[in-house]
Amino acid sequence: MKGDFDVIVIGAGHAGLTAAICAAESGASVCVLEVSPKNVRGGNSKHTRNLRPMHESALHPLEGSYGFDEYMDDLLRVTDGETNQALATLTLEASANSVPWLKDHGVAFQPPLGGTLHLGRTNAFFLGGGKAVMNALFQCADKLNITVVYEALDIQLDVDNGVFKRVDYSHQGNTEHLTAASLVVAAGGFEANLEWLAEAWGDAALNFLVRGTPYNRGDILRQLLAADAVQIGDARQCHAVAIDGRAPQFDGGICSRIDCVPLGIVVNNQAVRFYDEGEDFWPKRYAIWGRLVAAQPDQVAYSIIDSQSAGLFMPTVFPPVEAPSLRELAEKLGLPQESLSTTVDAFNHSIVEADFNHQILDGCHTQGLAIAKTHWARKLDKPPFRAYMLRPGITFTYLGVEVDANARVNFNDSTCTSNIFAAGEIMAGNVLGQGYLAGIGMTIGSVFGRIAGREAARHAR
Amino acid sequence: MQDELTQTSAPVTAPNLLPLYEESARIMTICNACRFCEGHCAVFPAMEQRLTFDRETVDYLANLCHQCGACYQHCQYADPHEFNVNVPRVFAEVRHSSYAHYAWPKGMAWAIRNAGRFTILTTLLATAFFLLGVTLSGDQSSEGVGFYAVISHNTMVTIFSFVGWLILLVWYFSIRSFWLTTALPGIFNIPLPVYRRAMVSILTLKNLDGGHGHGCYQQGEVASQLRRVFHQMTMYGFLFCFVATSLGTIYHYGLSAPAPYDWLTAPKFFGVTGGVSLLVGCAGLWWCRRSTEQAIETEDGGLGNSLIGLLFFTSLTGLALPLLKGTEYLAIILCLHLGFVLALFLNFAWGKFMHSIYRCVALLASEYEKLRQ
Repeated sequence: MKGDFDVIVIGAGHAGLTAAICAAESGASVCVLEVSPKNVRGGNSKHTRNLRPMHESALHPLEGSYGFDEYMDDLLRVTDGETNQALATLTLEASANSVPWLKDHGVAFQPPLGGTLHLGRTNAFFLGGGKAVMNALFQCADKLNITVVYEALDIQLDVDNGVFKRVDYSHQGNTEHLTAASLVVAAGGFEANLEWLAEAWGDAALNFLVRGTPYNRGDILRQLLAADAVQIGDARQCHAVAIDGRAPQFDGGICSRIDCVPLGIVVNNQAVRFYDEGEDFWPKRYAIWGRLVAAQPDQVAYSIIDSQSAGLFMPTVFPPVEAPSLRELAEKLGLPQESLSTTVDAFNHSIVEADFNHQILDGCHTQGLAIAKTHWARKLDKPPFRAYMLRPGITFTYLGVEVDANARVNFNDSTCTSNIFAAGEIMAGNVLGQGYLAGIGMTIGSVFGRIAGREAARHAR
Repeated sequence: MQDELTQTSAPVTAPNLLPLYEESARIMTICNACRFCEGHCAVFPAMEQRLTFDRETVDYLANLCHQCGACYQHCQYADPHEFNVNVPRVFAEVRHSSYAHYAWPKGMAWAIRNAGRFTILTTLLATAFFLLGVTLSGDQSSEGVGFYAVISHNTMVTIFSFVGWLILLVWYFSIRSFWLTTALPGIFNIPLPVYRRAMVSILTLKNLDGGHGHGCYQQGEVASQLRRVFHQMTMYGFLFCFVATSLGTIYHYGLSAPAPYDWLTAPKFFGVTGGVSLLVGCAGLWWCRRSTEQAIETEDGGLGNSLIGLLFFTSLTGLALPLLKGTEYLAIILCLHLGFVLALFLNFAWGKFMHSIYRCVALLASEYEKLRQ
């Protein structure tokens, strides 16, 4: 394909398509370049399930209110202040329109999913999940005559002095090039690029599993940084959770999670505990366990429970490794048997008995251990014993390009007004500098997708 | 040890399963860890109440599935993902297998497995039977009026009430064996709201609305109400014809007013509107089946088309009868009509028609489970 468009969007995830649709609705001619084949399109968005909109009153499917102040408090708490206040304010306020916008574009919502009741007030769940959202947005794009090119490979941007000139890419074996008045980059992070992660994390990164698409390799991000776009965040920051070690290398998504950590103990491959498994409720703690496991030898750990915990956590895709005794469990897991016995004995002997209740911060804790377990501590003594191997599963990265309130990318020492806009994970670090808040990624994509699309179209006029 | 740790294909959660049920359990285990689809239909909330998926559970969930296709279109684990999740296709196969499994007597399972051939055979034999009867008796001038002049009312009543009672017997045993695998108590111990909610699901075909009310995804990514509309035209058309027949019986015995009836009488009204509705509905369903997304389509040996075909041609020949009154074609069309009706009756017992019965039981069970929570 050859020819000119008003706006070129790179990346056909939620943020990219939102931008493309908004630009087209503003009257621009739009072309979307997507690196993946059509049958796996949708980037990481297809694995998502909700976004977090501000709402001062009930907003279907959300009950009650989640106002600006509470939202901002949550954001400041999880990021520890690592956020651009002006952009954060803008994001939270504009998030109030995200649900109506998506509904207008064919997306349906539902009350919280089974097992996620704690998010019922704050997070609007997509009926059918993120792939349903993406299908609806692709249908909109189709109606708006937006050109979507799948398998646009080796995308090379020509950027001079902060201004986008043209893009070259190969498609079905041919080299193509396009020009446009403005460019929206919505190409995600670089979490699928383990080599890049290894530059910051060392070889440990090579043992990471990637929870999302294999296509988020950060090629566009790298080119923008090379063209002197202002960088935000650093490569060592990433969101990683502890997931089932048997999950696929890519695209394991939601169902690779393991939720039984607070119910038992977690040991490394020396059969030694390394962190308080009962520090807080799992939804508040799962996001730190990716890093914890990443710091262990060979980036592996084992969550061990006994039969008392059966049915108390979300079902897993892969069955646990099961054995009638700890000795046999150690053998099956390849752990040192003596060490596991010592660890479990010490744990069992340190427990202060109390009424166990996994739904509250109960009083069951250990006493006298170097690494305490502060809640839900119960003796591991009811066979069969079960174990899940844990590995770090990387969800997204924080390193990105700096943007202004119009989603325009900032360049160092540029003398021109840039025609490059950014939306989604590639710029999420402006708002979420570290930490995690459920649904915030899709919220940033929704807000900056709309801004980037509108501003890119405006720039093209 | 390493094999166990590094396996990437999902597990079997219940032992000694057939491959089909093994695959169903594998997929349900993935779905139960994901749960993104729980808003689409009744299957996923029912799944979430369980941790393991044995044969009975899978049969129940599969009969709860209306094959709307929403979960396939929206599945992050569908092909080409290595999990290769495809609930509508595997459940369609399970349903087919379950109809045969719960068939009574056991020997009639072959009729379900070879539904197309069984239907053609029964239609031919039944039509031949009536044609032979008419030819051999040859008493076309007996006391009957209209088509009762061809075959007497008593003969028809004798034949069809015999088959009718047989069907009720088959239903009793088939429903009973399926019922006992569900969580349902006896029919008198089910709270009324359960019946009411299940009835609403049946009358509106709630589970084909996608959860958002825009319809199903049998034809691909875009939701459509067409299949739901055609199915309900078929269902209500069938019920109208049933009402027409019941009214006819009342008129005949209660009011001593035997057929044929005028166009403006209740039996004729229900019969004709029901018949037309059946024609449109069946043709529509046939088209829907032909255009079903290949990925969720299964080979059912003619099971689905046999019911659609029988309903369509029963209706077509039935509507033709009053138009052919007094012509030489009446006898042959009547025999053809009765042949289709008899084959349809056999389909009620050992054919696709049973899907409606198992579906109703599954919907009852799902509403009952919801109420008990």
